[in-house]
Amino acid sequence: METIATPYELRLYVAGKTTKSVTALANLKKYCEEHLKGQYVIEVIDLLVQPQLAEGDQIFAIPTLVRKVPEPIRKIIGDLSNEEKVLVGLNIRPFNID
Amino acid sequence: MAKERKKEKRNFVYPQIPKTPTGITGLDEITQGGIPKGRPTLICGEAGCGKTLLSLEFITRGALEFNEPGVFMAFEEKSEELAMNVASLGFDLHKLQADKKIKIDYVHIDRSEIEETGEYDLDGLFIRLGYAIDSIGAKRVVLDTIENLFSGLSNQAILRAELRRLFHWLKEKGVTAIITGERGHGVSLTRQGLEEYVSDCVILLDHRVINQISTRRLRIVKYRGTVHGTNEYPFLIDEDGISVLPVTSLKLEKEVSSERIPSGIPALDNMLGGKGFFKGSSILVSGTAGTGKTSIAACLANESCNQKKRCLYFAFEESPNQIIRNMKSIDIHLQKHLDKGLLKFHASRPTLHGLEEHLVAMHKLIKKFDPDVVILDPITNLVTIGSVSEVKSMLIRLIDFLLEEQLTVMFTALSLNTVINEQTDEGVSSLVDTWLSVRDIEFNGERNRGMYIMKSRGMKHSNQVREFIITDKGIDLVDVYLGPEGILTGSAREAQKLQEQTEIALRDSAIELKNREIDRKRKVLEAKIAGLQSEFESAEEELNRIYVQEDLVKKIKESNRQKITGLRRGQEDTVKKKEKR
Repeated sequence: METIATPYELRLYVAGKTTKSVTALANLKKYCEEHLKGQYVIEVIDLLVQPQLAEGDQIFAIPTLVRKVPEPIRKIIGDLSNEEKVLVGLNIRPFNID
Repeated sequence: MAKERKKEKRNFVYPQIPKTPTGITGLDEITQGGIPKGRPTLICGEAGCGKTLLSLEFITRGALEFNEPGVFMAFEEKSEELAMNVASLGFDLHKLQADKKIKIDYVHIDRSEIEETGEYDLDGLFIRLGYAIDSIGAKRVVLDTIENLFSGLSNQAILRAELRRLFHWLKEKGVTAIITGERGHGVSLTRQGLEEYVSDCVILLDHRVINQISTRRLRIVKYRGTVHGTNEYPFLIDEDGISVLPVTSLKLEKEVSSERIPSGIPALDNMLGGKGFFKGSSILVSGTAGTGKTSIAACLANESCNQKKRCLYFAFEESPNQIIRNMKSIDIHLQKHLDKGLLKFHASRPTLHGLEEHLVAMHKLIKKFDPDVVILDPITNLVTIGSVSEVKSMLIRLIDFLLEEQLTVMFTALSLNTVINEQTDEGVSSLVDTWLSVRDIEFNGERNRGMYIMKSRGMKHSNQVREFIITDKGIDLVDVYLGPEGILTGSAREAQKLQEQTEIALRDSAIELKNREIDRKRKVLEAKIAGLQSEFESAEEELNRIYVQEDLVKKIKESNRQKITGLRRGQEDTVKKKEKR
């Protein structure tokens, strides 16, 4: 089951420091630490600063988490409060299943 | 929200709310200037009714004609597809995008790629839109079709709240926005009730198929703070984009002309006070099959082209070549006018599109060709695609439009019912200014054509029936003969004519005879007079002779008496002496 060789490239789109954004980032960090320790990169993009980036990843909701790698691209919108959904969405199998 | 606006209105009394012209033919007339400036407008309708095209035209025309850059946010079609769709209309979206006149932003929403967990908002969309607007200084925005958000996202509560916020935000931005929405089922205008959010102006597009003929219609459901046309207006999508036709003018204030145009048939002009039709009037030629309606129409076309006027001929029955060939047989040559560009044929099957679209198409053609005379031959065929009342309402609008443009129009109509031929099938007879009726007169085993003027407003016109003859030299009208059995036409008229000629000849010879007799009588009398004269002379002479004799006798008697008197007074000596001497 140790096939997760590809590191995860995650991108979180936020717009300023709103509650939702802060919650989402905190949740994401927590899950990644739990399940993908050492195998992930999180890039936070603030659209208020770089609005031109919104089009590229087809962002319309905030916050949006985009899994750039591994392919295919997956998107999760919302404050990521539901851990199970996030993990399913990112296609991460929790370690504790084994 | 509504209360707020009311307050606003009270503070700023505009004569009209500011409007942004759409540049779409006809739509600005109906809305009296365009859609509300700086506010969102909802365009709703079923699939395939032209929402996207209308909004895209709004953006491109804004960029091209009004120098107002625009952002087109597409939720349905990709930028490439959109560009392809309007390339046929002559809009080069790529170039416009490169020139920073418009920006197309395709928002891809795919439910299968998206997971939702917890709270979110649509700030991403706002930022994208805001960025797009700011990057080109857009004044116009289209969101097509924002309802796609509902299919991609499941949290309705968030979506609705966000949409409300979006429309507020658009207003704050001061952009004129068009939001399109799919027509909902039942009473609601849109599937997701977008009309709740956009309350300033709602335009409904409709695509109806009646009797297998489709008609597109547009209606302004509401438009706050302004007067607008409330009817359903037909519209057409063709190579020039969308054209809406504000066909029912509310006023009857058209200009009139007293200029006359000849009909091409001198005898008909004579019947019409000697000068022909009024310019800018409508003429109806009705008649049964084969009575020469098209020939009359062709005559008018020919005559007006001869006078260097432009003529547009809508043929619903025959092809242009057929008309040209057929008219050659009566010495009307239309080809030369066609070559000179004075005459234009537009032949189309009535079933090509709905009535209203015919009207729009005619409207467009007339605007383009700018004719002086328009001919519709025949309007009867339009009935096949609409009911009588529909055709009538269409023709009213057409006549209205033509009169406003000061165009002379001639309709031909086939009257199917020969018994009640006072009535045309389309019921337009009350609308037209001049109504010529061509009728078959069946008599003596042959059919002939009779023409009369049923009415002709504003001019002295003949009330007589004329026989209408079509020869290789053209059309002519002849006085019909009133015989003992009624009007005589055709060979009966010829027979009558011959008979009259005979009568004239007979009468002439009779007169000659009489004259000769008079001559003779005079001669006889003259001879008599001469005889009497000589008789009188001889009588006179006789009388004179007697008179002289008497005189002589008297003289002799006198001398005799004197002699005797001398003898008695003793002058016998003297007498004697004298006698002796």
